[in-house]
Amino acid sequence: MTDIIEGEVKNKPRTKLNFKQGKIEMTHGAGGRAMHQLIEQLFLAAFDNPWLQQKNDQACFNVDSGRMVMTTDSHVISPIFFPGGDIGMLAVNGTINDIAMAGAIPLYLTAGFILEEGLPLADLQQIVFSMAAAAKQANTAIIAGDTKVVEKGKGDGIFITTTGIGKVPNDILVNMQSPQPGDKIILSGDIGDHGIAIMSKRENLAFETQIISDTVSLHELVATMLKIDPTIRCMRDPTRGGLATTLNEWINQYGISIEIDEHAIPVKESVKAACELLGIDPLYVANEGKLVAVCKSDAATEILAAMHAHPLGKKAAIIGEVSHNQHGFVQMKTIFGGKRIVDWLVGDQLPRIC
Amino acid sequence: MQYISEFRDGNTAQAIAKLIKNKASMEKHYRLMEFCGGHTHAIHRYGLPSLLPANVEMIHGPGCPVCVLPITRIDYAIALAMMPKVILCSYGDMLRVPGTNQRSLLKAKADGADVRMVYSVNDALQIARDNPQHQVIFFAIGFETTTPPTAVALIIAKKEKLMNFSVFCNHVLTPVAMESLLQNEESNANLDGFVGPAHVSIIVGSNAYHDVAMRYKKPIVISGFEPLDLMHSILLLIEQINANQYGVENQYTRAVNADGNVKSQQIINQTLSIRDTFEWRGLGMIANSAMKINDAYQEFDAEERFPINIIAGEEHKACECSAILRGVKKPKDCKLFAKVCTPENPFGSCMVSSEGACAAYYAYGNIVEMLTT
Repeated sequence: MTDIIEGEVKNKPRTKLNFKQGKIEMTHGAGGRAMHQLIEQLFLAAFDNPWLQQKNDQACFNVDSGRMVMTTDSHVISPIFFPGGDIGMLAVNGTINDIAMAGAIPLYLTAGFILEEGLPLADLQQIVFSMAAAAKQANTAIIAGDTKVVEKGKGDGIFITTTGIGKVPNDILVNMQSPQPGDKIILSGDIGDHGIAIMSKRENLAFETQIISDTVSLHELVATMLKIDPTIRCMRDPTRGGLATTLNEWINQYGISIEIDEHAIPVKESVKAACELLGIDPLYVANEGKLVAVCKSDAATEILAAMHAHPLGKKAAIIGEVSHNQHGFVQMKTIFGGKRIVDWLVGDQLPRIC
Repeated sequence: MQYISEFRDGNTAQAIAKLIKNKASMEKHYRLMEFCGGHTHAIHRYGLPSLLPANVEMIHGPGCPVCVLPITRIDYAIALAMMPKVILCSYGDMLRVPGTNQRSLLKAKADGADVRMVYSVNDALQIARDNPQHQVIFFAIGFETTTPPTAVALIIAKKEKLMNFSVFCNHVLTPVAMESLLQNEESNANLDGFVGPAHVSIIVGSNAYHDVAMRYKKPIVISGFEPLDLMHSILLLIEQINANQYGVENQYTRAVNADGNVKSQQIINQTLSIRDTFEWRGLGMIANSAMKINDAYQEFDAEERFPINIIAGEEHKACECSAILRGVKKPKDCKLFAKVCTPENPFGSCMVSSEGACAAYYAYGNIVEMLTT
């Protein structure tokens, strides 16, 4: 017969995670108390919202009728902290931007974490805090999540996958009609900041620069643009592969030709200098807080003016148009006055030898 | 940006283009070879052909370090990389170059070889310091531009007694290659003048080309890599050709002097010596055209430390890289170009490096030409 302990029932003493010196251990992903501790003391506390607080295996929410958008994005960046941000901020802003590019209002996010054994808890905490701040700033919530831990050497510190859903307001008609010849192409600001900020901190390529990543959520800028013209043809954030890749994707997708003017494309002098030094082309360098849009010619000036009035669109510019000439390429008028093709990026951009 | 945008000014370009048009005689066809891949790249990146009259033709030279390396040397590097406990460090451009059977260092890496891309030989030295249990081999390639850093690395390795470090030396010499090209009758007859190397000339100096220019009676204008440098140099070449003059002229005076970088030359002479002969992709065996590690630094020579018998490598039969590197064919003359040979799946070296003629044509190519090939 089991003895029953008589007397007053006390709450179990709770050990606190050591965020100063602690590290991720295999037990943090094993489903036991350590994992529970991590979830309660870090994720729940930071992402704090009613859906997570229900502590179910899923989040339950009401939806309106109409068009919803959904997107997912995995983040594997190295280094995980960089000038102007970190992997957490990037994971939230990236997914919000993918939602916003459809003209949708971002609603809810989920986050999946793959943590490498040995990751300092202080680093994880900082990353989770920036995710919470980025989500809050965009008026969204991270309402479900998952954590797995892999053995040391089998991950790169931390990988984060975020999934998001958003609602397209009924009167918004982005992506409903293909770009047409004569349509204008608008870019929201300087290109190349994020990629160069990251490269400047790469282990084998460190160089001194003041350039910081442009990571930011763009849904408010998008809303400003759609207020002027709810029928913007399409929008995209030129992340990996840069502006050149986005334009080539549109050519493939819509069977159009594009002509751009190198002179009109805003690039910071410091980014230009870094690109010169490395022998790479800013057209192919990643951005995390810029968008390109195709809109009807007669709406372009007004959209541009609205963008200029928004803090994230101050340097917006019309960089070119959908061509009447059906050559099927992105053709660029160079600052030098010549013309050339802007092709897909091949492999990685590499500094030249000579 | 200071000293960059000034050399890319569209208005000045138009003005020089006008001068070129006026000076280029209608009765003549000017065939000018830009020796360096860096020039080829700039010509296409800025759309220079669209600014030149039809009778001024730019021909691409062999000055792409990745392109001229023969298949046997790539096979050798792959064999080195596949050895156990070896870390092979290479400039990024080299990783995708196909060797025999289209095998590359990147494919060797996927098969488990430890191949690391480095931006500088200093990174290779650091990897050697950090991995004393491994043999760290630096795959040294390039013309005179990249030779001094390799030479410095040898001196540092010897001073630090970094015995797990070695260099697989493939440095080649520009003026010798230029001479060899002109010895070939087909190439010689096909060329009226050279746009001379930019960065290479900073090291070797403009005097280094004097003998070649005099012996073969060709004008050589050393040119910077910026598009206005190129336009200016093309104008100077046309003026020399019109006046039936030949010799070395220096357009790139802001960086190049007559004697070059003497300190760099000393460091090279201290550590390296000239090979009796060396194979060039496209140009064949050329006497005295490459560098090897000299006796004093022999202990850091990867070829001495890891002698490997490589059977002569095989080029793809239809690949025209050889003729393109000699300036007798253009990328669009190759049956493989843009059809089966693309930057994603290169058959020849010219499609790999950003300095390669095929890659430059493919990336920036004239649309009409692209569509009609």
